This record gives sequence, structure tokens and C-alpha cells, in this order.
Amino acid sequence: MANDLTDTKGRPVVAVTGLGVVTSLGRGKEENWARLTAGHSGIKTIARFPTEGLRTTMAGTCDCITCEPYSAPALTMAMAGVAAEEAIAESRIDVAAGFPGPLYVATPPAELEWPQRRALYERGADAGATGYRRLLSAARTGAFRDMARLFQFASVADHLADRFATAGLPISVSTACASGATAIQLGVEAIRRGETAVALSIGTDSSVQLEALIRFSLLSALSTRNEVPQKASRPFSKDRDGFVMAEGAGALVLESLEHARARGAAILGVVRGCGEMADDFHRTRSKPDGTAIIGAIRNALLDADARPEEVDYVNAHGTSTPENDKMEYISLRAVLGDHLAVTPVSSNKSMIGHTLSAAGAIEAVFSLMTIGRSTIPPTINYDTPDQEIPLDVVPGQARAKRVRTVLSNSFGFGGQNVCLLLGAP
Amino acid sequence: MEDSSTDVWVTGIGLVSSLGEGNATHLEALSEAGRAPILNETTYRPYTVHPLAPVDFNRQIPKKSDQRQMEPWQRIGVYAAGKALEDAGIAKDLALLQKTNLVVAAGSGERDASVDAKVLETIGSRADTDVLAKEILPGALRPTLFLAQLSNLLAGNISIVHNVTASSRTFMGEEMAGISAIENTFRRIRGGQGDVFLVGGALNAEREDLLLGYELGRNLWSRPFRAVWERREPGSEGGLVPGSMGAFLVLEQRRHAEARGRKPYARLTQVVSDRSRRRPGEAAEAMGRLIRRMAPGPGPLAVLSGACGVEPVTSDERTFLEDLPRLGLEPAIRAYGSRLGHGVEAHFPAGIALAALALGERRFYPPCPSSGIEKPFSSSLDRVLVTGLGHWRGEALALLDRPS
Repeated sequence: MANDLTDTKGRPVVAVTGLGVVTSLGRGKEENWARLTAGHSGIKTIARFPTEGLRTTMAGTCDCITCEPYSAPALTMAMAGVAAEEAIAESRIDVAAGFPGPLYVATPPAELEWPQRRALYERGADAGATGYRRLLSAARTGAFRDMARLFQFASVADHLADRFATAGLPISVSTACASGATAIQLGVEAIRRGETAVALSIGTDSSVQLEALIRFSLLSALSTRNEVPQKASRPFSKDRDGFVMAEGAGALVLESLEHARARGAAILGVVRGCGEMADDFHRTRSKPDGTAIIGAIRNALLDADARPEEVDYVNAHGTSTPENDKMEYISLRAVLGDHLAVTPVSSNKSMIGHTLSAAGAIEAVFSLMTIGRSTIPPTINYDTPDQEIPLDVVPGQARAKRVRTVLSNSFGFGGQNVCLLLGAP
Repeated sequence: MEDSSTDVWVTGIGLVSSLGEGNATHLEALSEAGRAPILNETTYRPYTVHPLAPVDFNRQIPKKSDQRQMEPWQRIGVYAAGKALEDAGIAKDLALLQKTNLVVAAGSGERDASVDAKVLETIGSRADTDVLAKEILPGALRPTLFLAQLSNLLAGNISIVHNVTASSRTFMGEEMAGISAIENTFRRIRGGQGDVFLVGGALNAEREDLLLGYELGRNLWSRPFRAVWERREPGSEGGLVPGSMGAFLVLEQRRHAEARGRKPYARLTQVVSDRSRRRPGEAAEAMGRLIRRMAPGPGPLAVLSGACGVEPVTSDERTFLEDLPRLGLEPAIRAYGSRLGHGVEAHFPAGIALAALALGERRFYPPCPSSGIEKPFSSSLDRVLVTGLGHWRGEALALLDRPS
């Protein structure tokens, strides 16, 4: 047998040996998979903060994970920790001396929220100043060092690096809604370069905060179907009206196939290829001809040396915004051609919402589970098909199908597009 | 070097800071020993910042509509990125831009301080704070400026304005963002995962929200200005003085650069990094391990130190540097932050840029006379070590030399 430890380009094959996930559907792979394939929605009315008067009042909050005291970065860390623990446990890799590879974390940008600003403002009351001068005088007391440790851009990755004793400088990455896929790509590239045999890639996001909700709302990006939150996210439907913000984390243990085999690890799948292309058209819209998205999909296939016909299933970006779903269809059509007609395309976001920085990692986890369990999760809420997007979206109910290769798409604000081609072991 | 065709060359530099804009301006300003740093000591009292020199952004961002969609940190970065592309002969060459990979080190976007102040004031006078925030914010926040606050939108704007589209990745993590950006790019080029990269970062120091972020951890210098080595005063924890800057580089595989007839400023030969937990002495130990891994040959060694003035890490760096003679190295140290200020995410890229500029001129910068640690350098300049110790986390070294 030819050496199957390297790919057609002579690079080490990158296997996945551990998966972990947390979403609004629950904690861990099994709970998530059961609910995902049953077509459940994790979207609900927001209870974290009052939403009276807001245009959007629902989200996919991750209520199964608690952290005290609550803050966005604390929840981001906690979710990532749970997902990573599950992935590492499944990989059965020896962590006695720490996780034996680098850490790549897709995480939202750090930013103080109103509770923190208020605490500072109150503390600075006696300074006689207003605005930021007052906040700064409070900071000068040195009483907020814990806050500083939590709200650095490096905080989430640093916490995880400590907890799992990963090797070297932890990497924090942001390509907006493609971040999770970028974290995986960074790990794949490091293994292909031969720098490491193992890497831990995580995407995590807990952006369901008052101001973030308002800001996305002001961009008219969010669904306002608040009455029945479970039915708000409806990718590829004619009456889709925006995405639903959501939280979660996905983690993958990546490993050279050679290393995984040598230690007798169970191989859950392989990352066959990664493709990127940045858009130079607009900050929130893609080029009308789909050049950048098409390029990213093509580059993933090229990187994997795969033909379009090899794609058995597309795990769509499928945000449920009018613009994204149309562009994704046009781009898939351009690359897969007639093969698209026989390729199921479903969106996990119909059930878990848009987990932003975490989406690429979470959806990679579900894509690999789709391969492993020969079952495609459905697109729910597909009550009114959009005639301009003729896709087999696996409506309503999961479908049994042998799946060898999945294309997982992630497209971000700012024009950063990343596609992964994931394969059976 | 084992394979010189995959050597990493610096073929373009784009710099803008308090010293001005452009390579010649920076060389000239930094070559004049004893020239006073450019400071704003009043606006943010008791804090000092290095303000951006006047810059005509129209020269790199011709569309007003683009400029309106950006906050200053993005305009600074897009400007510097454009300068680097121009310097490398890539600007406006669409075929080449389509294969140019973008790597950005970024922090947050900027907040509207007056909006925040207004919200806080109103919250303070009303009990129903949550509802109030909701009443105010939807009216006060400008939709487009949310995008100016996302870390990855500096990269997004560079793609839009300069048409760099092969790939785009944004690293975060304060100084580690800049280290990751440079190190990951270096490894991708060496590993044949890309030929030509635009890499760098930007900081707008003239922001109260930025100052707040660093002062929460008591990281700002709030006494009368001192050079970074001189901030170890009794009763003080040292501190950094932020400096507005944009620093971008075109890093290119040697074979690719030669094929299009470009000459390098310098060759980036090694980039190494680590993260210690910063218990007492650990940063110095980590740096010691890194220099041993790097193993530069003995002799004179020009060092561009990225020291920021925060303690105890600046003293840790001093310990590390003072130990170099034990490895047979004769360091001539220059803390470029004393002149430029601290650029956080942009600081390590700026150090690489200044090292490459110096190597291109074969002339090192003069010492800061009052530092006590910076000694004259009279040897021929053939290599520069750049240090990067994050104020909180991250340790890194980069070595550049003159290509043969």
C-alpha cells in the first residue's frame, strides 16, 4: 500500500482524534447530536438582560454553562474549557506533561461591557471628574486588576493555555464569523509544516450582550421574529429575515495521521483541505458575482486535490440573512455545478443560531459527526422554500446517508471567507 | 540556512508614527541622537501619549466614503499598509495583490467616548439602568462604526482599499498579536505556504478607551516622561507610554522576490516565541531559552528592544540583555519605544521594520544618552536582534541579517 500518511501533495495527512462542543442545545457531543438530529431549536427569549423595547429579543444563549461572577469573557472561557476537555478526553492523548501541542483559539474581541463601565464609574465618583476621566481615576486605584486580566485580548487564550498546559505562545485569532475555521486552518498548517504532531483548535463566543445585540440590530442583520424564537432562524427560506445571535464553543484535537496511528488513536476524520479568499468589495456584503466565496470554496477543493463531485454534503454557512443565503447558493452553484442538485446542503444555524467566532469550529465538529454517524442534520423552519435558491436543504428531518466528504463554509463580516473540506478517516 | 530559496525577505516597509511618515523620515529622526520624543502630555493628564504626526490620509485612502467607515486606528493601519505595498512595488498590481496574503495584528476598535460618557452620566441619575441603556444606545451608536470596532475590520478595510485578497487573518492578544502575526507569516513562507505577505498592525494611542484598558492593570506611565529604561523609579511600577503608529511589512519568499526583480532591505532569519506565566524571573528565563534556541554566533549584536517600561517585565528584559555577554554576544541595545512609544499590537512589527531599515542602510541607530544601558555601536551592521516582551504575556525574539 502506498504511503497514506501523506496527501497527494506530500504533506502529512491531518487527522481529527477528538471533538468537543457546547451550544444552546446543550453540553457535549451526545446531547447536541441528539437534539440536532431531532430538529430541536436552542433559540429562546433572552433572559440574561431585559429586552423590552429592542427589535430583537431572542438568542441562542448557552444556559447550560454557568460562571460566577458572570461576564462575557468568563463565559467564553468556560464554554471553551468544557469543549476542549471533551475533545482531549476523546482523543485519549497523553496530557500528563500538558497538552503536547500549540493552541489556536478563535475568540471574540475583548471589550468592557456596561456592567464593568458602571462599576468603574461608581468607584470614581469622588474624583469630581466625568466620563472617561472618572473611569480612569477609578482604574488608577489598582482595584480593577482582576478586570484587566479578564478583558485583555489575550485573556481567553491565556486562560486556556494555563488550564490545558498547551505548548508555546497561545494564538488568538479573529476573522469574524470565519474565525473558528481559521483556528482549525492554523492547526492544520502547523502540522503540515511538520512543526508539531498535535494541535488544539477551539472556537468560542459569548457575544450575547446588550450592546452587541443592539449593534448587530442596527446593521439590520438580525431576525426580528421574536414571537416564536424557535422559528426565527430559517436559512434558505423565502421569508428569512436575518440571523439569530448565539453562543457556544467547539474544539478539535488535530493530529498527524502518523502520530495518531502510532499511538493507536481512533481517527474521527481528516481535514482534507482549507481554502480562503478575502473580499475587497464591501464591509458587510460580498461581491455581487461571488468571486471571493467561490474562490474560497475552490481553494479548499484545490488544497485537498478534490473534485467537486466528491462533496457528499455541504454544511452551509447558512446564516438566514437574505444576502448570505443567496450568495452562498450562487457560489455553490458556480463551483459544484450540476452536482449541487444531488448534494444535500443543510444549516446547523437553523437550530443553534449563529455562534459567530465559534461557528466554524462548532460546525466542523458537527460535520465530522455527520461523517461518523452517517446522518445529516436537517435545516429546520424551511416552511417557505425560496424559488431562487433551489437547494436540497434536508428540510425538517435528519437524513440517513453515507457521507465521506463534507464542505463546511464560513463567511465573515469584513470579507474573510474560509472553507474546510472534511473527510472520512 | 538550509534552503535559501525559501528565505524570508523584507521587501517593503510602511511606517507612520509620531515621528512622521515614511522610511526616510523615520531613519532621519532616529539617527539623530538626543532628539526629543514627540509627546502629548496634556490632553490625557496624568498620562502621556505619542500622538500621530499629521498625515494626509487621502494619499493612501482616496475615497472619503472609505475614510468615513473607519476609526483612526484603521486609517493609520490602512495608510501604513498602503505605504508598504507601494514600497514593495505591489500597490495597484492586481495580479500580484490577488496572491498577496494579509496578516494583521489588531486590538479593539474604538469607542465613542462622548457617547459612553453620556450613557454613564444618565445611568448614574436613573434607577432603571438597563432600560435606559437601551433607550440611549440605539440612538447613540452609529451602525457603521460597529464595524470600525471589530478587530478583523482593519484587515477588511485593507482588502477593500488596497485589494489584497489571497487570504486574511487577524491575530489578537496585545503584543502577542504582533508576535503571532510575524512568526506565523515567517513559518508560512519558510514552509512554502505562501510567497508574499503584507503583515503588520496599528495603534491609535490618542484614545481614552484604550488608556482605560491598560490602566485597569496599572500599566500606564503617569509621571513626567522618561525613556523606557528610566521608569524604574522608587514607588513606581513603571509603565508604558502608548504611541500612535502603523507598521506594515511586505515579507516575501526570496525566490518570489528575485523573480520580480526586487531587492530586500533585510532577511528575516529566525522568529521564536514562548509564553511564560510571569512568576518572578520567568520572563528572563524564557528569553534566555529563546536566545539559546536561536544560537546567534558570537560577536557584536545590534539589539532593537521592544521594552515597554512596565515593571517587572522591563527589569526582566534588562536581566536577559545583561546576560548576553555570557553567550559571547556584545549587545548594543536600543529601546525603540523610548522614541516611538509603545505600539502594543504594532510594536513587534515596528521593531522588525526599524531593524530592516537599519540593515538596508548598514547603519545602526544611536543610543539614548540617558539610558545607562544603551552603548555606542561602531561595528559594521550585519545583523539585528529584535526583542518582544509583552507587558503582560508573551516573549519573542527575531533575528534579521543582510542577505548574501
